[in-house]
Amino acid sequence: MAINQKVLEELLNQYPSKVKRNRKKHIIIKDSALARQEIEANTRTIPGIITNRGCAFAGCKGVVLGPLKDVIHIVHGPIGCAFYTWGARRNKAKSEDPTKNFINYCVSTDMQESDIVFGGEKKLARMIDEVMEIFKPNAIFISATCPVGLIGDDLQAVAKAAQEKHGIPILAFNCEGYKGVSQSAGHHIANNGLMEGVIGQGDWEEAPGKYPINILGEYNIGGDSWEVERILKEIGYTVIAVMTGDGSYEELKNAHVAELNLVQCHRSINYIADMLETKYGTPWLKVNFIGVQATIDSLRNMALYFGDPALIQKTEEVIARELARVEPILGQYKKICQGKTAFCFVGGSRGHHYQGLYAELGIETVLAGYEFAHRDDYEGRDVIPEIKLDADTKNIPDLHVTPDERRFRLKISPERMEELKKKIPLRNYKGMNIEMKDGSIIVDDLNHFETEEFIRLLKPDIFSSGIKDKYVVQKMGIPSKQLHSYDYSGPYAGFNGAVNFARDIAMAFTSPTWNFITPPWKNEPLLEGTIAEGGCSEC
Amino acid sequence: MLDCTPKEIKERTGGAINPAKTCQPIGAMYAALGIHKCLPHSHGSQGCCSYHRMHLTRHFRDPIMASTSSFTEGASVFGGGANLKTAIKNVFAIYNPDIMAVHTTCLSETIGDDLPTIIRTAEIPEGKVVIHANTPSYQGSHVTGFSNMTKGMVNYLSEATLETKKNQANIIPGFVNPGDMREIKRIINTMGIKFIMFPDTSGVVDSPMTGEYVMYPRGGTRLADLKDTGNSKVTIALGSYASSDAANQLERKCQVPAIVLKTPIGIKATDQLLMTLRRQFAVEIPYELEEERGQLVDIMTDTHFHFHGKKVAIFGDPDIVLAMTEFVLSLGMKPIYVLTGTPGTAGAIGSNLGNFEDDVRELLEEANIEGRVKAGGDLFELHQWIKNEKVDLLIGNTYGKYIARAEDLPFVRLGFPILDRSVHSYLPVVGYKGAMRLLEMISNALLDRADRDASDEDFELVM
Repeated sequence: MAINQKVLEELLNQYPSKVKRNRKKHIIIKDSALARQEIEANTRTIPGIITNRGCAFAGCKGVVLGPLKDVIHIVHGPIGCAFYTWGARRNKAKSEDPTKNFINYCVSTDMQESDIVFGGEKKLARMIDEVMEIFKPNAIFISATCPVGLIGDDLQAVAKAAQEKHGIPILAFNCEGYKGVSQSAGHHIANNGLMEGVIGQGDWEEAPGKYPINILGEYNIGGDSWEVERILKEIGYTVIAVMTGDGSYEELKNAHVAELNLVQCHRSINYIADMLETKYGTPWLKVNFIGVQATIDSLRNMALYFGDPALIQKTEEVIARELARVEPILGQYKKICQGKTAFCFVGGSRGHHYQGLYAELGIETVLAGYEFAHRDDYEGRDVIPEIKLDADTKNIPDLHVTPDERRFRLKISPERMEELKKKIPLRNYKGMNIEMKDGSIIVDDLNHFETEEFIRLLKPDIFSSGIKDKYVVQKMGIPSKQLHSYDYSGPYAGFNGAVNFARDIAMAFTSPTWNFITPPWKNEPLLEGTIAEGGCSEC
Repeated sequence: MLDCTPKEIKERTGGAINPAKTCQPIGAMYAALGIHKCLPHSHGSQGCCSYHRMHLTRHFRDPIMASTSSFTEGASVFGGGANLKTAIKNVFAIYNPDIMAVHTTCLSETIGDDLPTIIRTAEIPEGKVVIHANTPSYQGSHVTGFSNMTKGMVNYLSEATLETKKNQANIIPGFVNPGDMREIKRIINTMGIKFIMFPDTSGVVDSPMTGEYVMYPRGGTRLADLKDTGNSKVTIALGSYASSDAANQLERKCQVPAIVLKTPIGIKATDQLLMTLRRQFAVEIPYELEEERGQLVDIMTDTHFHFHGKKVAIFGDPDIVLAMTEFVLSLGMKPIYVLTGTPGTAGAIGSNLGNFEDDVRELLEEANIEGRVKAGGDLFELHQWIKNEKVDLLIGNTYGKYIARAEDLPFVRLGFPILDRSVHSYLPVVGYKGAMRLLEMISNALLDRADRDASDEDFELVM
C-alpha cells in the first residue's frame, strides 16, 4: 500500500508529542505537484530514539582520513575509537611498497585514567616518536576523540612541535565525537585539514598526462574505485588522486594539477570540491558510477567537459563494449528482480545513488533516506543559501580559501562554463528527492521504530541499509542488503560492479533458506482423521 | 601482510598498536542484553553506541539493540542530565522495555555526570526499572565493562528477603558466548541443581528465525530472578576478571558467599566447576557428565600426537586466555606466548582480581615451560615475539588473522570478537563438550596445515 498523510499521521501519533513534532519534519511523502517540499535534516538526534547515526570522529577518521594508506593515523583517546575503526570499513588499499601501506594497523594512545587527569599531550608526543621510529610514514594524522576536547589537550600544538622535530607533515584533527550531530561534522573537519595541510603541498605544476582528474568522495569500498579507475584509464584519463579510497598523502599533495574534479559522494567531500575551485580554478562535476546508466551518463558528461572529439569517441567505444558485455548478464538477473520494491536507507549519498541501479533491475525504491545528509543532498544545492546553521553545527569551523596567486587558473572560460552548466551537473547536485517517484517516502535519520513501522506498511521485498538493522529485517523474513559494507562483496561501482550487485541481489531473493522459516508442523494439525458419527464403535 | 612490523623489539610507552582489547561500554552493553526485556543505554555521544552495536552484531550476526543519550557539544560542556532524562522518557514511551540498563562512556565520565541523581529525578513509568553502571573507557577493557554492569545488576536488583538461603546457586558465566551459557546451564541442570544465571544472553543474541522480529526475545535473566539472587546459597563466579566483582558485591550486600573459579574451558577447569557444585550441594556427578568427561579423555589420548610439544601463542580476554592456557598445557602443548590487552589491574577500585601474569606464569612453571606472559599488551608486540621465535599455532580472536597470514600460522579462532566466521557463538567452548570442540578445531587447524605442506609422497590418508 502507499502511505498517505493520514497513515503517516497515525504512525507519528504513536510518538510522545515532542518527538512527533520533531520527526514530522524529517519525513515527507514525495509529491511533485507541490512547488517545493522542504525536509529537515542535519539536526540533533533525539535521545533514546535508536538512531543509526555515528559521530564526528567516525566521519573524520573512519571515513575520510582512514583510507589514506601511507599515513599513520594516531587516534588520541581511550582504545575503543581506534579499535572500532580498525578494518571494519572496507576501504581497500594496495601499495607497490608494502612497507608504506599501513592500512592494517591500528594506532591509539590508549588513554588511561592518569591521562584524563594529568593530560595526554606527553603520551601523544611519545607515540609520535615511536611511530616515526617504527614506521617512517609519509605523514602522521592525529584524530581527537570525546574526552580530548574536554580535558584541553592541545593537539595542534603537539602536532606542530612534532612536525618540526621529525620533518614530515603531522596534522591534528579536532574531530571529537560530540561535535556536530553526526558523522557529517567529521567530514567537514577532515576536509578542512586536508585542504590546509595536504592538497597543494606537492611541487607538481603540471599533470603528468592527458585529461587529468581527481575522484572525490570515493572510498574504494570493496574495490569500487579500482573499477572506476579501470574504465577511466582505458578511456584515456589521468587519475591524479582519489579522495581517499586507496589514496595516499603522496597523491593528494599534487591534487591541485587536475583539470576536473569528480564528486561521487557529495556530502563528504563537497567542501574540498568547492575550495579547489576557489583556490585553483578547477571545476567539479557531480558523477555517479553506481548503475550502468549513471556510469554512462557520468562518462559522457566528463567527455563533454573536456570536449575533445577523440576522447568523446573513445568514451563511446568503451561504453559500447562494456554495455555489450554486461547487458546480457544483467538481463538474466532482471528476470528475478523485476517488479520488486526496495528501501534504500544509507549514510549520506548511497541512499540516492543505488536507486538507479535498483531501477535497472526492475526494482522500485519506495522509501529512501540518509542518516546524516543535509538539505542540499535531499533538495539540491539550490537550497544552500536558505539553510540556517543551528547551534549544534555552528561550531564546526568553515575554512575560507582564496585563489592561489601562482597556481590559480580558470580551467574553462566562464562562457563555456555557463554553456556546459546547462547540459551537465557542473558544480551542481540536484539532490535525491527530484528523482524519486510520487508517493514514495523520504526519511531523514530513520530510527528503529520507524523502520519497523514502514516495513509493516510498505512490505518491501528488499531492505538496504547497514549492519545494525540487517538482522532485524532478516528476522522478519525480508532480505537485507548492506550498502555500506556490501555484505563483504563488491565492487558495486561501474560496469562490473553492476553485475556483482545484480548477482548479489538476485541471490538474496532466490536463496532457498527463506522457504524454511515456518516449520512444517505449524501448518499441519497434530491430529488428523475424522471423528466417526456416534463415536467409535470399538469402544 | 603487516610488512611494517620489525623483528626488533623496542619498549613502547605511547599507547597501543593493534590492540588486544576494546573499551568498557561494549562489555556493559553485552551484559545488559543478558537481562530479559532490557534495553541497554549508552550515556555518551552516539558514535560509541553505534560502534558497540555494530561490533556485537558482527560477532553474533543477530540484532543488537541499544539506545543512546546522543550528546551534542552543548551537553558535553554543561552535562548530559537533560539528554538522559529525555532518553529515558522516549525509550519507555516508544520501545517499552521492562528495564533500562545505562552505562557511560569516556565522555560522560570525564564530564562527571552524576547518574544516580539523574536517574532518581527522571520520569520512570510505574513498574519499570532503570539501573546503571559507570564504565569509563579509559580504565581496563571491555571485560571490565562487563564486570561493572554485572555488578550494577547486583547493586540495583539483588535482595536478601529470606531468613534462610534457598538451596540454589547464582552462576555468573563471565564474558562468554550464548552457546557457552547454554552449556553451563545444561551441565548444572544435569546435576539437578537449582540456579540463577546472570547475565544470560542465550535466547537473546542467538535468537531463532521465525519470520517475526521480536525486540525483546525470550532469553535473558528475569527481573524476579535477578532480585532473588540475594536469596541464593552461593555465587559461583566464572572468570575472575568478568565475574568476581559482582559476586563479591553480592556477598557484601546479601551475604551470599562468593566462589571464584576459572572459566570452565578445558578438562581441569571443568572438573573444578563440577567438584565445587558437588561439594556445595552434596550431589553426585551424574553418569551423563562422567561419560562426557571420559569421552574427552579418550579423544585426548587418541590424538595426543597431533598436538604434543607444539608451540602455541594465545591472546584475548584474560579469563578465556588463562583457562585456554591451562587446557593446551593439559594437551601437552607449549603455550610460549600468552597475552591479554586487558591490564593486570583492570577492576574497579577495591576489587580483588588476582593477577593475570602471575596466574599464567604459575601454570607455565608447573609445566616447566618458559614463555612470555603479558597483561596490557598488544598484537603488534605479540607479532614481534612470533617473529623472533615462531609458533606452530595461534589462538585468538579475528584480529589474529593478520598475524596468522603474515607468518603463515595455523589459526584457531577463540574469544571476542570473531567477525569473519559464523556459528561460533552458538556452540560452546566450555565444559567437556566445549573442550571436545576446541580439540577438533585445534586438530583440524594443525592437520589441514600438515596436509597442505606435505609433498605428494608424504600425503597421508590416515592421520
